[in-house]
Amino acid sequence: MSNKPYRVPTAGTGGTVGRVIDRSQMIDFQWNGRKYAGYEGDTLASALFANGIRVVGRSFKYHRPRGVLGFGSNEPNALVGVGSGNRQEPNLRATQVELHAGLTASAQNAWPSVEFDVGQVNSLASRLFPSGFYYKTFMWPQSFWKSVYEPIIRRAAGLGVAPEGPDPDTYEQFNCHCDVLVVGGGAAGLAAAEAASANGARVIIADENPQFGGISDIAGGTIGGEAQSKWIAATAASLAKSGNVHVMNRTTVVGHYHHNYVMMFERVAEHDPNLLSSGAPRHRLWKVRAKQVIIASGAIERPIPFANNDRPGVMLSTSVRAHLARYGVTPGYRGVVFTNNDDAYRTATDLLAAGVPVGRIIDVRAEPSGPLIEAAKSAGIEISAGSAICGLNAKSGGKHITSVKMAPYSTSGRVSGAEEEIACDFVAVSGGWNPVVHLHCHNGGKLDFDQKLQSFVPKPHADPVVTIGAANGTFGLGDLMTEAYAAGDKAGKAATGSKAAKAAAPKAASETEGNLEAIWFAPATGKYNEGNKHFIDYQNDVTAADLELAQREGYESVEHTKRYTTLGMATDQGKTSNIIGLGVLSGSTGKPIPEIGTTTFRPPYTPFSFGSIAGTQVGKLFHVVRRTALFDWHAEAGATWEPIGDWRRAYCYPKGEEDKHAAINREILTVRNKVGLLDASTLGKIEIKGPDAGALLDRVYTNKFSTLKPGRGRYGLMMNEMGFLFDDGVTVCLGENHYLMHTTSGGAERIVEWLEEWLQTEWTDMKVFVTAVTEQWSQYGVAGPKARALLEKLEGDVDFGADALSFMGMTEGTLAGTRVRVFRISFSGELSYEIAVPSHNGRAFWEKLLEAGEEFGVEPYGTEALHVLRAEKGFIAIGDETDGTVTPLDLGLNWAVSKKKADYLGKRALDLPHLAAENRKELVGLLTEDPNEVLPDGAYAVSEVSEKLPMDMIGQVTSTYWSPTLNRSIAMALVKQGRAKMGQKITFPVADGKVVRAEIVDPVFYDKEGERQNV
Amino acid sequence: MLVITCPVCGVEGEEADFHCGGEGHIARPATENPDGISDDAQRDYMFMRKNPKGVHFERWRCDRGCGKWFHACRDTVSMQIFGYYGITQRPPAALLKKADPLWQAHFEAAKKPSAKKAKS
Ligand SMILES: [Zn+2]
Repeated sequence: MSNKPYRVPTAGTGGTVGRVIDRSQMIDFQWNGRKYAGYEGDTLASALFANGIRVVGRSFKYHRPRGVLGFGSNEPNALVGVGSGNRQEPNLRATQVELHAGLTASAQNAWPSVEFDVGQVNSLASRLFPSGFYYKTFMWPQSFWKSVYEPIIRRAAGLGVAPEGPDPDTYEQFNCHCDVLVVGGGAAGLAAAEAASANGARVIIADENPQFGGISDIAGGTIGGEAQSKWIAATAASLAKSGNVHVMNRTTVVGHYHHNYVMMFERVAEHDPNLLSSGAPRHRLWKVRAKQVIIASGAIERPIPFANNDRPGVMLSTSVRAHLARYGVTPGYRGVVFTNNDDAYRTATDLLAAGVPVGRIIDVRAEPSGPLIEAAKSAGIEISAGSAICGLNAKSGGKHITSVKMAPYSTSGRVSGAEEEIACDFVAVSGGWNPVVHLHCHNGGKLDFDQKLQSFVPKPHADPVVTIGAANGTFGLGDLMTEAYAAGDKAGKAATGSKAAKAAAPKAASETEGNLEAIWFAPATGKYNEGNKHFIDYQNDVTAADLELAQREGYESVEHTKRYTTLGMATDQGKTSNIIGLGVLSGSTGKPIPEIGTTTFRPPYTPFSFGSIAGTQVGKLFHVVRRTALFDWHAEAGATWEPIGDWRRAYCYPKGEEDKHAAINREILTVRNKVGLLDASTLGKIEIKGPDAGALLDRVYTNKFSTLKPGRGRYGLMMNEMGFLFDDGVTVCLGENHYLMHTTSGGAERIVEWLEEWLQTEWTDMKVFVTAVTEQWSQYGVAGPKARALLEKLEGDVDFGADALSFMGMTEGTLAGTRVRVFRISFSGELSYEIAVPSHNGRAFWEKLLEAGEEFGVEPYGTEALHVLRAEKGFIAIGDETDGTVTPLDLGLNWAVSKKKADYLGKRALDLPHLAAENRKELVGLLTEDPNEVLPDGAYAVSEVSEKLPMDMIGQVTSTYWSPTLNRSIAMALVKQGRAKMGQKITFPVADGKVVRAEIVDPVFYDKEGERQNV
Repeated sequence: MLVITCPVCGVEGEEADFHCGGEGHIARPATENPDGISDDAQRDYMFMRKNPKGVHFERWRCDRGCGKWFHACRDTVSMQIFGYYGITQRPPAALLKKADPLWQAHFEAAKKPSAKKAKS
C-alpha cells in the first residue's frame, strides 16, 4: 500500500518551513523492515510523516492505532524500538530519535503488524477494560497469575522488548561541581546563563534537544528587535566560546535531588554512528552538584480531550507548527484547529502560509480577540467561536480522519445545538500550557495553582533553586527576559560573591494574547460514550470515563485514582495528561483543582539507559573483590568460590571428577582423621590497647574478659542493646592492657565501628585505642589429629606441647622463618591451631604447611567443610542460628552470659518481658527419621500438619547438612520450648506435599565430651 | 543526597561519605545506674524517638574522613542543615531555638535536677 507524502514543498513558503532539514542530503532508514528515505536533520517522526506514515504504534490497553501527538520529549504515543540485535533499545520517542544513515526502527506493541493488529479486539470488547480492570479481572484464583493471566497481559500490553545479549557499546559517568546549573536552553535559560556567566560563575547549561531555543522558533516575538531565533543562535554560540560556560545539547536533566544534586543524561553518540564507532560512549550520565540551580524547563501544551481524540492525525497545535517549521512536514492535507487560547491561531496562519488549507478554527471561547485572531481572520481563515469538537469521523479502522463534528459550546461545559461537519484529515488541538514543574517537585518543591493559566506553578524552594520563564508561568517574552536576567544575575552573585554591575536584559516583545478558557474535555453529543472514547492519558489508555468511574467507585484521593486507573504513570509521567486529568476529576467531584491536588512527580523526567547507570562498572569492574594472600593459590587448586561480604573464600576444592558433595565429604573426613588446612584470613582482627581495654571488653561482651591472663583466650558473645546476639569470636590477651579480638568475617568492619561508636559517644572517658588489623595478618587453621605433629615439623621456637600450649592458649614466636601468633582454638572439635603470619608471608607459609603435612595426608578444606564440622559439634554460626531476633539464652549459651557483671550491652534487655518469656524458640538438634533425608534449609516445623492453611508454625531449621562423620543427616533448629521437647518428634511440611519427621536431640552430635580437641 | 561538612576534620562530602546514627541525645540509662531501670524506661531508651517533622538533632559519623561522630541540626522536611556541634555537646542556643518544640522540652527537662533523678 502506498502512502501519500506529507512533505511540504519549499516553493512559495519563503523558506519558513523545514528550517532544520537539509533537502540536499537524503538518508536511508528502515521502518518495520522496509526501506524509506528522509533528510539530514529529520527526526524519525518527521521522516515517517514525509513518507505518509501516520500510524506508528498501538495503544497500551486497547491496541488502537496511534500516531504522533507531540514533539520532543512530551510525546506519549510514538514509542518505538530503535536499533537491532544487542543494540535494540525500546521505548524511545520517535519525535526525539534523530535520523541517521542506517537507522532501523520498528513499532512496538503491535502483533502481527502495526497496520493490522489482532489485539484491537480488545478495543471492540472495551467494556471489559474499565478502570481498575487489572484489579477486578485478574484477581482469582492466585495460581492463575503465573500460568494464565500474566502471559496474557504481557503479550497484549507490553511496552517494548529489551535486548537479550550484552551491550556492545560503552557508557560512562562524570561527577562535577558548578556554580550555576541552568536547565533548559530556551530563551529564558540562555538569558539566565548569560547573566550568571557575566558574574564569572562557572555555568552549565543543558538542553535535551539537538538545537537550543526551545520553541522560540515558532513562538513569535522579538529580542533586541530581531526574531527570537536569531538571538538564541548568537547567544548559544557566544556562551560556548566564553570559557566559563559549559553548553550541552542532547542532555536531559532527569532528576533533581537534595542540596542541588542533579542527574543529567547526555546522548553523546547514539545519533551518530561514526562517532560511536570511533569509541565515543553512547551515553554519559552526569552527577552534578550545583551551588545554584535555575530551572527554565518551559511548558508543555495540553490537549483538549474530545471523542476519539487519539486518532492518528490529532496532534498538539505546537507539534503541528514545529513539525512544519522545522522539518517541513504536516500530518495531512487539510487541518482543523481546536483551541481555547490565542497561540493556536499561529498554527493556523502558519499552515495556511505554507499552502496547507485550514478548514476551521474552532474556539471554545465566545469572543476571542487580539492581534493573533485578527491575523487569522485577515488571512481568510474561518473561525467558529463558542464551539467545540463533538465528534470525529475516520475510516480504515480509525487510521484516517475524514471529518470532525462541531457544535455550540457553553462555559458550563455543555456541547449542544446544531452540529456541523467539517472535512479535514488532521486536527491541531491546544488546551493551554502546563509549566514543566517536574524537576522542582523531584526535590520536594511545592506548587500553587495559577487561575489565569489553569495550571500549577512552583512555590519558592528551600534549596538554592529557582524556576523561571514558562516553567514559572511567565509567558510574555518581555517579562520572561527580565525575569531570566534577574535570576541569572542573582544566582551568579550568590555562587561567586561577585559585585559586578547587573547586565541589562535586551528588549523583548511579543504579541499580546488573551486569556484562555478552562476546558477539560469536550463531551461527544448524541449517544455519549457509545463507542466514543475521550482519551486523557494516551500512553496508559486512560479515558475521561475511567476517571469518572473511579470517582463513582470511591477512589476520592487523586493518588488512589492514579493507581486505580494508571493515569500519569510509566515513562510519560503525565506530561500531557496530568492537569486535564485533574480537571476531569474536578468536574466530576465539584471540587476545585487545587483541592484535588497533584500526584507525585517522580524522577526521571524522561527514561534514561541502564547502560549509563552502570557506566564503566561492568565486567571485571562490576564489583571490587577482596582477596586474601592465598586467592591465587585457591584458584590454582581449583577451588569453587563463596562470596562473604566483598571477600571470595574457597568453598571447596573438587579433585578430578569429584562433584562438590564428594569434595566436601572428603575434606571433612580429612580433618576428622588426618589434618586439614583452612584459609581463615578473612576473620575480623581488632587490636584493643590501653588502660581501659579490659573494661571495654567487659562492656561489649556478655562474659568477663578483664580477668583474662596474657597468653589466654576466651570465646565471647556480643549483643546489641536489644539483647540480640550479633557477633561472636575468641579474644586473646596479648599482654597487659593489650588484647586481640577476633570477629566473624562479615562483622570485621562493623565491630570496629561499633566499638568506636561506644567509645566516642557513651564511654568517652575510657582510655583505649581500637585498631583494625584484619588485613595485616594471614591466618590459617590447622585442624585434625595430626595437627600438632605437622606443626612440630616446622623450624622455630614455638612449643606445641599439650601443657605448654593448652586449649584456649596463645603464644607468639617464629615458625618456618616468619613471625607467628599461634592460637590453640577449635571450630571443628578437633585438635586445632590457628597460626597468624604477616600477610606478605602468607602464601610462603601456607606452602610450608602443605609440605610439612604431606606425610600426614594434609589437604585444604573450604568454608562448607568448616560449616559441617562446626555443626557436627553443635557450634552456632552468626547468621545461621541468629537472625537479629535471637538471644544468647535462646541458643543455650547461658554459660557465657554473665550474671555478675553490673552492666554490659544488652544486659538489661534480657530481663524485658518478651525476652524472658517462656515460650521462646530454643536451639535444638534434629535427627530425621530417614537418616538419608537432609532437611531443606529454613524448613518450618508445625505443631500439626493440616490441609488447611495456615498451619501453626513452631520453629525453623537453621543449619542442615549431610554429616560424613556420622554417615547421616544432621540439623539444628530453633523450636518453641525445644529444650523441653527432647526425644519428641516434630514435623516439617516441605515442598510438594511431602512431610519430613525428625527427633529433637541435643545439638552436639559428635564428641559430646570434647575429648578430641583436648589432647 | 545531602552535602555534609564534618565539624571535626572540616571535610565537606556527599551524604554517602557519612553515616547517619539516628536521633541524638539519647541517654543510656544503664551507664548511670544499671540496677534501677524500669521496663518502661528501658523500652523508651530502645524504641521511643521524637521523630519530629521539622528541625531535628541527629548523630552523624565522618565515615570516609576522620571517623569521628558529631551532631548535626537538620530539617527533616526541607533537608536543610543548620549547623554542627560535638558529639558530647549540647546544641548551641541558636540551634535549639530553631528546633522542634519537642527538643526544647527535652533540654528543659534535663536542666532540672529533680527530673534527671526521676528518669534514672
Ligand atoms: Zn571528619
